[in-house]
Amino acid sequence: MLIHERSKSTRRASAQMPATSVEVKGIPAELLRRTPPALPEVSEMQVVRHYTALSQKNFSIDTQFYPLGSCTMKYNPRASNTLAMLPGMVARHPLAPVSHSQGFMACMYDLQEMLKEVTGMKEVSLSPAAGAQGEFAGVAMIRAYHDARGDNERCEILVPDAAHGTNPASAVMCGYKVREIPTGPSGDVDVDALKAVVGPQTAGIMLTNPSTVGVFDRQIEAIAKTVHDAGGLLYYDGANLNAILGKVRPGDMGFDVIHMNLHKTFSTPHGGGGPGAGPVGVSERLIPYLPVPMVAKAADGYQWLLEKDCPDSIGRLSAFAGNAGVLIRAYVYARMLGREGMPRVAEYATLNANYMMVRLAEAGFDLAYKDRRATHEFIVTLKRQAKELGVNAMDFAKRLLDYGYHAPTTYFPLLIPECLLIEPTETETQAELDGFIEVMKTIQAEAEENADLVKGAPYTLPVRRLDDVKAARELNLAYTPAKADE
Amino acid sequence: MSDLPTELRYTQSHEWVRNNEDGTFTVGITDHAQELLGDIVFVETPEEDAEIEAGDGCAVVESVKAASDIYMPISGIVASANGELADTPEAINDDAYQAGWIFTIKSDGVEWDNLLTVEQYEGLLAEDE
Repeated sequence: MLIHERSKSTRRASAQMPATSVEVKGIPAELLRRTPPALPEVSEMQVVRHYTALSQKNFSIDTQFYPLGSCTMKYNPRASNTLAMLPGMVARHPLAPVSHSQGFMACMYDLQEMLKEVTGMKEVSLSPAAGAQGEFAGVAMIRAYHDARGDNERCEILVPDAAHGTNPASAVMCGYKVREIPTGPSGDVDVDALKAVVGPQTAGIMLTNPSTVGVFDRQIEAIAKTVHDAGGLLYYDGANLNAILGKVRPGDMGFDVIHMNLHKTFSTPHGGGGPGAGPVGVSERLIPYLPVPMVAKAADGYQWLLEKDCPDSIGRLSAFAGNAGVLIRAYVYARMLGREGMPRVAEYATLNANYMMVRLAEAGFDLAYKDRRATHEFIVTLKRQAKELGVNAMDFAKRLLDYGYHAPTTYFPLLIPECLLIEPTETETQAELDGFIEVMKTIQAEAEENADLVKGAPYTLPVRRLDDVKAARELNLAYTPAKADE
Repeated sequence: MSDLPTELRYTQSHEWVRNNEDGTFTVGITDHAQELLGDIVFVETPEEDAEIEAGDGCAVVESVKAASDIYMPISGIVASANGELADTPEAINDDAYQAGWIFTIKSDGVEWDNLLTVEQYEGLLAEDE
């Protein structure tokens, strides 16, 4: 039920309205609205109950296991949030003088340094406000690098077919053509296919390693050499950084530019639609092009590096320095983990994924890459169940909800049919993983005995199975009151 | 096994091509492809008169599961696009080889023989199984 549907004419909750209202003058008469806006007229108690009831319908990491592959839905320590909410952080005005912002800037400088250390990149800019913006910044730097050298023939970006959809989108946004590289049978990029298409037109390659099929590309050095020898650059999509934190560094693998999703790997609740933070790190040759502002340390304190300090910068991505709250959480999280804690993130993320993968295989589920060790995530394919029982990946996913588990990612990556991409993350206990595995076995048994039961799921949630076809074909997001005067 | 008209040619990426014998060719996606994609909700057809090379992305088919590029099967110039799909994208699900056609191209057709015959395409599908 929408709050508008609780509305009753003349009812109001005025106790918390501002004491004075500001009179706005000077708006041209033809721009003033003639009818009042369709705001809900409800009491304070109705507002409280309405939104409390909605919050109780949340399916979140605070209430349930959420193994959404490729999304890294891990628990975010409350301490990160508590410290990011300190008045000195929250109330700091972005235009405040540098001398009044030294504490915040010290945190940002240290975060830049820690991210450099953990990724092996030479310099970092924190300013991109989300992963996709980081990608855009990264590809824009690749473009700026080639342009600065007068190397204008490079018009293609290579992207493996298992990539996140944002990779080809970012390349196109920067004016490049996208060429897709196939994935070999064991999940690595097909290096022969890569060699066949790489050339003087190659601006770069965008890779996620570990990839979205949940394996670490063993050919990474050969890929780096092939692309570098042709004059192209290597872009690292940090989507799966969680799996290698403190273990392997993209800089050491030969990457020239990387974006990190701090809201996935570094402790901001992810999946709520933002805000995010997508800092970029670069190798030596791309340093001049980093987006501003960045923080520098001088003898008399911390300073902003701006356009005048970085004349070749690709520029600004937002008015200020990115999403400060997300950056502070990341800083606190990184400080709490420390040098010893970072590798343990990768170790437990990988251990948990491999434990689940082996247990599910023992229970009879088919793995997409059964000869490979999982990284932080792995893929189960339900192609056999779909064919033999008529129960597909979506049916399993919906039934999992009835048992109190968020479904894994379904139907991604696209190259694996009927797939579930499962990422437990490092923050779950063995008991939680076992619970999920038992439920998967239960659903398999249900599918064998009574397929319709599974195909009709979910039964226990506020809504049953939604008509996603109708929703997509008849997209209608605006509320229209039935009768204005009701 | 999905239904496969024998007079058509096919591609590795699951497009079908019909030779209209008048210098034009009609392109769509196979029944197998629509089955994999599921309910189609949106189709972006190519611009008329666009000259497109074989293998380049030229249209997009979006289902509830995914958005998929359609690749130009043979080089040519786009002659017409199926405007009906804007209102009834489900035509591709219901009738992939007739009402579900996506666009036509003018082409000299020299690349026709590079396309897969029905037997070769059946072989490809069998490998996938």
